[in-house]
Amino acid sequence: MNPSFSANPITDLNELLQYPFMVNALAAATIVALVGALIGWFVVLRRESFVCHTLSVMSFPGASGAALAGLPLASGYFAFALAGALAIAFGSRAGARRSLSHESAVVGSVGAAALALGFLFLSLYGGVLESVETLLFGSSVGITVGQVRTLAVVGLLAATALAAIGRPLFYASIDEQAARADGVPVRALAIAFLVLLGLAVAAIAQIVGVLLTFALLVAPAATAQQLTSRIGLSLALAVALALVEAWAALTLSYFTNLSLGFYVTSIALALYAIARAARELRR
Amino acid sequence: MFALPFVRDALLAGSLIAVASGLLGYFVVLRAQVFAGDALSHVAFTGALAAAAAGIDLRIGLFAATVAIALLFAALGGRARADDVTIGVVFAWILGLGVLFLDLFNASSGGGSGIVGARALFGSIFALSGGEARLAALVALALIAATLAVARPLLFATLDPAVALAHGVPVTALGALFLVLVGVDAAEATQAVGALLLLGLLAAPAGAAHRLTASPYRGMALSAVLALASVWIGIALSYRVSSLPPSSAIVLVAAAFYALALAAGSRAHAGVLGWRR
Repeated sequence: MNPSFSANPITDLNELLQYPFMVNALAAATIVALVGALIGWFVVLRRESFVCHTLSVMSFPGASGAALAGLPLASGYFAFALAGALAIAFGSRAGARRSLSHESAVVGSVGAAALALGFLFLSLYGGVLESVETLLFGSSVGITVGQVRTLAVVGLLAATALAAIGRPLFYASIDEQAARADGVPVRALAIAFLVLLGLAVAAIAQIVGVLLTFALLVAPAATAQQLTSRIGLSLALAVALALVEAWAALTLSYFTNLSLGFYVTSIALALYAIARAARELRR
Repeated sequence: MFALPFVRDALLAGSLIAVASGLLGYFVVLRAQVFAGDALSHVAFTGALAAAAAGIDLRIGLFAATVAIALLFAALGGRARADDVTIGVVFAWILGLGVLFLDLFNASSGGGSGIVGARALFGSIFALSGGEARLAALVALALIAATLAVARPLLFATLDPAVALAHGVPVTALGALFLVLVGVDAAEATQAVGALLLLGLLAAPAGAAHRLTASPYRGMALSAVLALASVWIGIALSYRVSSLPPSSAIVLVAAAFYALALAAGSRAHAGVLGWRR
């Protein structure tokens, strides 16, 4: 394989699509961008970026724990994401009100404990599980058709679940007290969303790695919410931005042979910075 | 076990880093900046890799990166604190840079990045040399002194920024200084417990202290003591059970303290955090 960039976009596209691994990577990135941006939109709305990051970190003990126990890697990812989501849900809401300080301490401690466990599993396992880099940034080269199918199923389920709880969740995220007074089960929704987020992040992190999960979930949604306050438009914009980010990064990474992670995070930061600047200027 | 020089070095450096992290962590939790602390500890990873790629001393990369990003977070925050989305996007990018440096380092050295990467991510307190341990201890002492020196105004500025500003407390400058202190701590602790596990020393003992007492100064002392106990128990456990890495042991002990504190203090809890929001 000898990637060569030409000025003709058709030739470039043909070259990209002639390799099955690139087709799989593009398909996976598209599903991740579609579902991730929708979930990420609620993450930004609920100010749960740190939680999202911590849940994606759960894939480290998940992967190493499953390897140690001799189970399929995917089961470890989902088990630890679920455990992490529940630990955060029940640890961070001891009182009735939401305390950001307390919540951030719980989330940080859960994340640190997860990393410590992951490192412990890894050293007990003894072998080389996969390089830290692959775990953090995934590998666009190694995606199989089966993984893309699994991702599509999980993505569809997550999107359906989100559509089902979307309206009350939105209400509860915008004005918790009013929602509670109206009989919306705020706490149950918060837990349900954390579990949904954990499972979706586990599915996504298996393929794109821990760090890109954050850049693909949260950054496009945050950018969209900077640009418009209309709900439908900002949801659509979040999805569109995530797609652009994923496709552009894959293409750039293919033609320049530099890491995908660098491009995804750089594009995410650039789009977000432009949106922030545009908003400041409009004031 | 105290007869072994590497254990003595580990205890010396580890204890002082623990006290510094415990004290700083109290404010990190109080100011709800755990995510910023987490981000700074990841920045240390990129700094170390950048230094490795450029072939200079790792410590220069560590300190330069964390202090620069701490100042960036402070600047982005302006009067308010940088929101978590901004922190997240910036720090995802910094990790993206980290992996780029990893690629470049691989290309220039022909492998070996796994070892540098694992060391920067998870550290190894038993691998500190005598000189490194003494330097780490000195930096940690300076951090402790600086934190204690600004503790009073910082507490005021954190709990009621508007009134503190009216009293002439430089709220913005204090916030920036505080983030720089956390950044220096992150760089220092990266060598001892690793970039990713520093979070455990920063968040867990302080979180436990906040649950157990409402008095700020008692809370700070308790946080430092819990962090210190985590390091000692962790080192002892890891020394006895050789398959248990010290970084994991320390953080798991700290997390266990926090879980106990949550269970003990789950009754109605007002305290400093309670009346702030």
